[in-house]
Amino acid sequence: MNVSRVTKQGLQDARPGRDALPGAKRPSAARAAGPGGRRRGDADGASRPGSYYGLPVLNKPVWEPREIAGYFFLGGLAGASSLVALGAELTGRPQLARGAKVGAAGAISLSMVALVKDLGRPERFLNMMRVFKPTSPMSVGTWIVSGYAPAALAAAACDVTGRFPAVGRVAAGGAALLGPGVASYTAVLLSNTAVPAWHEGRAVMPFLFTASAASAAAGLGLITAAEAEAGPVGRLAVAGAAGELVAGELLVRRMDPTVRRGYERGRARALLTASKVLAATGAVAAVAGGVRRSRAIRAAAGAALLAASACTRFGVFYAGITSADDPEATVGPQRARLEGGPGGQQQAGHLQSPGQPAPGPPSPVKATAWSESTSIPNRWQSDASSRLSGERDGGESS
Amino acid sequence: MTVTDPAAVSGWLDHPPRMGFFTDTTVCIGCKACEVACKEWNAVPEDGLSLTGMSFDNSISLGADTWRHVAFIERRDDAGDFRWLMSSDVCKHCTEAGCLDVCPTGSLMRSEFGTVVVQEDICNGCGYCVSACPFGVIGRREEDGRAWKCTMCYDRLTDGQEPACAKACPTQSIQFGPLDELRERADTRLAQLHGADVPEARLYGRDPDSGVGGTGAMFLLLDEPEVYGLPPDPVVTTRHLPGMWRAAAIAAAALAAGVAGSFAGRRSS
Repeated sequence: MNVSRVTKQGLQDARPGRDALPGAKRPSAARAAGPGGRRRGDADGASRPGSYYGLPVLNKPVWEPREIAGYFFLGGLAGASSLVALGAELTGRPQLARGAKVGAAGAISLSMVALVKDLGRPERFLNMMRVFKPTSPMSVGTWIVSGYAPAALAAAACDVTGRFPAVGRVAAGGAALLGPGVASYTAVLLSNTAVPAWHEGRAVMPFLFTASAASAAAGLGLITAAEAEAGPVGRLAVAGAAGELVAGELLVRRMDPTVRRGYERGRARALLTASKVLAATGAVAAVAGGVRRSRAIRAAAGAALLAASACTRFGVFYAGITSADDPEATVGPQRARLEGGPGGQQQAGHLQSPGQPAPGPPSPVKATAWSESTSIPNRWQSDASSRLSGERDGGESS
Repeated sequence: MTVTDPAAVSGWLDHPPRMGFFTDTTVCIGCKACEVACKEWNAVPEDGLSLTGMSFDNSISLGADTWRHVAFIERRDDAGDFRWLMSSDVCKHCTEAGCLDVCPTGSLMRSEFGTVVVQEDICNGCGYCVSACPFGVIGRREEDGRAWKCTMCYDRLTDGQEPACAKACPTQSIQFGPLDELRERADTRLAQLHGADVPEARLYGRDPDSGVGGTGAMFLLLDEPEVYGLPPDPVVTTRHLPGMWRAAAIAAAALAAGVAGSFAGRRSS
């Protein structure tokens, strides 16, 4: 068996087996004599579109669409509704304010249920609060939502019961302050993954998400507000829907074609098409409902905008699932980067390929190697080698 | 931005050298002893016993219950010669590890050996690491709800032993040791192969300036990485995170401004 020993000084008693040369007997090896035969063209192998039996490179996201895409929708609705609630309160529109506050409280409550339910170990959800990590959008979001949810719930409770109006005002202000964060961090959460369709959309994703949130909150406002109070949400509906449509286009415009495929296939495509139709319809209906002073038209517009927002979130979610499953979506952009970005420059890559200059002959081990220049604690300093050999002796004699 | 000592960056003041794997696929014989040794030592549960028809590969890919995976590639090259490539894949223990960056509970941590380890008593199964890994290594064990991956046999390392897979490898295709030393050895081997008319030999994960800052598990491959199911130029997602936070801040401000603007308009009757 493996009788070599790994020691701090290097591998000892190594067998020569690992120096074996692959293909040493094949005919082409005989032609190796000439120096020109040492290297084939740079394009060797590079043009071959490769995958391992067509299997995805990435592991598929484990998030449930209903819980996570549903949360993106509900969280956006809640966050933007808290802004609407504050605006309505400050401009004397109590019915709009109440609807937005209750909507935000309900949406964020459902959100938290969905988020906990999606954990592999729901009973450990509080472990999220062990740390605060700016490198983890989920950690940042946990803390934002932990501040936001109590404020949104308190604002709604004070409004509905009429008790503690001062507390209610502070809570409404706090919810409105954190609301935009709740509505936008989810875009970073999604983009900060290796999933091509999500990561490559990172520049536009936050704008798509906040526009979608505005559109959803406006939709809720159109449903709940009285005629006299519906003006602002009508304007917000048009702005939100327009933003959602524009951002949806920009999101995919500059993507590598292999990545964009995620958005142009299957369920993602159906949902995003539905979202566009619903958003456009909702915006037009919102204007019509304002002009015709029809509560029914406004409510229909609101429902369409809410549905559009939900379709956007689920569409983006499914696009990511599709692209994570597609090895070409992972390899395509990386290959393009390796084979010359702007200006055809070969960029420093993960790989030292035959086309790139091979690392020169190995340099001798540096005298200032870590193990010599720095103190190694306890057993690694003192008896790692003896342990390694001792372990072998014990293990093989028994 | 090159991190040379990830353990120190993570707060280990006094620590052993960074340990790693160098998997030389040119001498891999596809025996799967590494897969078996890993499963046995780490008590990784069975995850399907079906036959895939993909050459000798029936473990398919890395995941929660497969921490070593031997890939088998049957290829006929341009000259018509048949080649059977084998490669034992494993967690890369990246210098800049996406899974570790995004973990919201701190369950994933950097060990004193510079490796990346899941603390199973803390993981709450949020699944973020699964989507963040550019190599498709870490997975969530569904019956258990937590994320699992190669630990580089953390328990064995702390006891001065080498990981089970390297110990079991009969051809020393899997070599374990201090990463500095493995890099030297990988360079030597690459030069040897290039000198022997094996121009397709290449090192994968060796370059500290790559998108993940180099890996703690390097490979010597005989074809493009994607042929082995490896991404050719992965970049840790968090490299782009500052820009994403900036975009989100602008988008959040735009949302607030949009709502404010819609209320600032004329008072509707």
